[in-house]
Amino acid sequence: MHIPDGYLGPYTYVAFWIIMIPIWYYAGKKLNTELKSRQVPLLALSAAFSFVIMMFNVPIPGGSTGHAVGGAIIGIVLGPWAGVIAISVTLVLQALIFGDGGITAIAANCFNMGVVIPFVGYYVYKLISGNSDITSSKRIIASAIAGWCSLTIAAFCTGVEFGIQPILQHTAAGTPLYMPYPLSVTVPAMVIEHAFGFSILEAVITAIIFAYIQRTDVSLFYREKSEVQKGKMKKAVTA
Amino acid sequence: MEKIIRNLSIGLIILMIFAPLGLLAVGETFGEWGPEEVKEKLGFVPPGLEELSDLWSAPMPDYAFVGGDESMSMSSVAYILSAVIGVVIGGGLLYFIGKKAAKN
Repeated sequence: MHIPDGYLGPYTYVAFWIIMIPIWYYAGKKLNTELKSRQVPLLALSAAFSFVIMMFNVPIPGGSTGHAVGGAIIGIVLGPWAGVIAISVTLVLQALIFGDGGITAIAANCFNMGVVIPFVGYYVYKLISGNSDITSSKRIIASAIAGWCSLTIAAFCTGVEFGIQPILQHTAAGTPLYMPYPLSVTVPAMVIEHAFGFSILEAVITAIIFAYIQRTDVSLFYREKSEVQKGKMKKAVTA
Repeated sequence: MEKIIRNLSIGLIILMIFAPLGLLAVGETFGEWGPEEVKEKLGFVPPGLEELSDLWSAPMPDYAFVGGDESMSMSSVAYILSAVIGVVIGGGLLYFIGKKAAKN
């Protein structure tokens, strides 16, 4: 899903820089107000984890390869804004050091993987979880569905960005200047291979890590407090 | 808490050791073709794509050594090293950013 340089024309990549700069700024502000110091090692681990998980290329029938991102679980555990920061840092490193994803396309890639994935992941998880107990197994299912939806929708966004290129920028004779394939090719290509392949992997990874943290310390979850802290707060309110 | 960080770190290290498994997936990724592959597919390279595609020369393109031999063992070493670089720099940066940001 790492769009290289040359596939998005200036109209598109400049637009994504304009979209992403305020998002990065706001994410930084949110990190300042929301991040607890005990979550810092988890934040560092999440970027490291996302980097490594993206190196696991998986083949699918049809000859294409792809990978999970691990962004949904970051969004669920640390909150979507922390997810923006962690995945953006990872993507910038991948582009600069390893040429994975273009320089001009950094903002677009950060939008698809760094914004869409943690936000879709977090809100799908919240929606399905509802008021269920934080330790319920319903929430493991919710996290898996969140993982699947997040990568599939990110793939859809990438497909749309590719597919609008021949419409936006072409020569007078109609020859495409950048990504040559139209929406009718790019959207199904991106969505199908993710929906039936990589998104399933994302779902499994999300559920495994979710279940592990759920069994170990639920107070680590974004906006969830442990029973002990909840008890303290009740006392504080009634006192 | 420390237990979680320790166990997740162990999981991460195991993933890093097995990272070269990602090299076994041969095949092209949709929309990540180089200009040569685009030419094979279409018969031409869109002029804008060609112009932008060599904008940046990464020091370790595709998680490999530049000019290194392409044997599986060499690629695996480069791949694991790439994982280490990503973990150290990425994790380090986030640790630094997190320390600065976290209030309580």
